Amino acid sequence: MTISFDKAFGIHQHALVARSERAELLAGNLANADTPGYKAKDMDFQAALSQAQGAQGFSLNRTNSRHFAVELAPPGAVQYRVPTQPDTGDGNTVDVQAERTSYMENALQYQASLEFLNSKISGLLKAIKGDSM
Amino acid sequence: MSLFKVFDISGSAMSAQSVRLNTTASNLANADSVSSSIDQTYRARKPVFAADLDKALSHRQESVGVKIMGIVETDKPLQKEFNPDHPLADAEGFIYKPNVNVVEEMTDMLSASRNYQTNVQVADAAKQMLQQTLRLGKG
Repeated sequence: MTISFDKAFGIHQHALVARSERAELLAGNLANADTPGYKAKDMDFQAALSQAQGAQGFSLNRTNSRHFAVELAPPGAVQYRVPTQPDTGDGNTVDVQAERTSYMENALQYQASLEFLNSKISGLLKAIKGDSM
Repeated sequence: MSLFKVFDISGSAMSAQSVRLNTTASNLANADSVSSSIDQTYRARKPVFAADLDKALSHRQESVGVKIMGIVETDKPLQKEFNPDHPLADAEGFIYKPNVNVVEEMTDMLSASRNYQTNVQVADAAKQMLQQTLRLGKG
C-alpha cells in the first residue's frame, strides 16, 4: 500500500497556485486604478489551472549572446477585461468595485482550497497514527 | 510565490497614493498664497502615474505596480485679481492667486485615500492567505 501525495491532494494543490497568481493579477489591477491608460486583466482560470497541473513551462536555449531571450508566455491564461465603461476619460479600464469583489472572492476560494488540503492532511495523519477516532 | 508579489504591487500603489496625498495637501495649503508676480505664484502640483513597465518587461510578469513618473506643475492660468489695497499688490494694483482648484483637490484627496485603503486591504488579505498557508497541516 502506498500513499501518493499527488493523488491525496488532488486538484487543490494546483488550484492554490492558480489562485495566488490570480490574486497577484487582481492586486495589480487595484494598484493601477488611477494609472492613465492601464487596462485591467484577469485570467482564464480553467487555462491557468490546467497549466498549473501540467506545470510545464518551456524555454529555449541561447547559443549566442546576441540571440533574443525568447520566453514563451503560457498560452491563453491572462487576458484583458472587456470594460463595462469603455470611456473613462484617461483610457483606464479598472472597475475598482468589481476588482475588489473578485479579489475577495478569489481569496476565499484560496482559503477553501486550503481547508480541503488541511482536511486531507489530517485524514492522512489519522491513517498514519492508526488511532481509532 | 505570487502572493509575495502582491505586497510589492500594493506597496507601490500605497506609496504612489501617498505622494498624491502629499501634493494635494501642498496644493490645499497654498490655495490662498497670493503673490505680487506671476513667476513667484504657487502652481498646483500633480503626480503623474504610470504602470511600472520596466519591471513588467524584465521579469515577464503580468501584473505590475505603480510608478511615479514625476510631479508636474499645472499650467492652468493664474487668477489675476485687482486689489490695490492688498500689501502684496504690484505697481498696477494686481495680485496673483494660485491656480489651485479646491474642489478638484478635495476629490483628488478622497480618491487617493480610498485607493490607499483598498490597497491596504489587498495586502492584508494576501497576508492572511500566506499565514494560513504557513499553518497548513497544523490542524
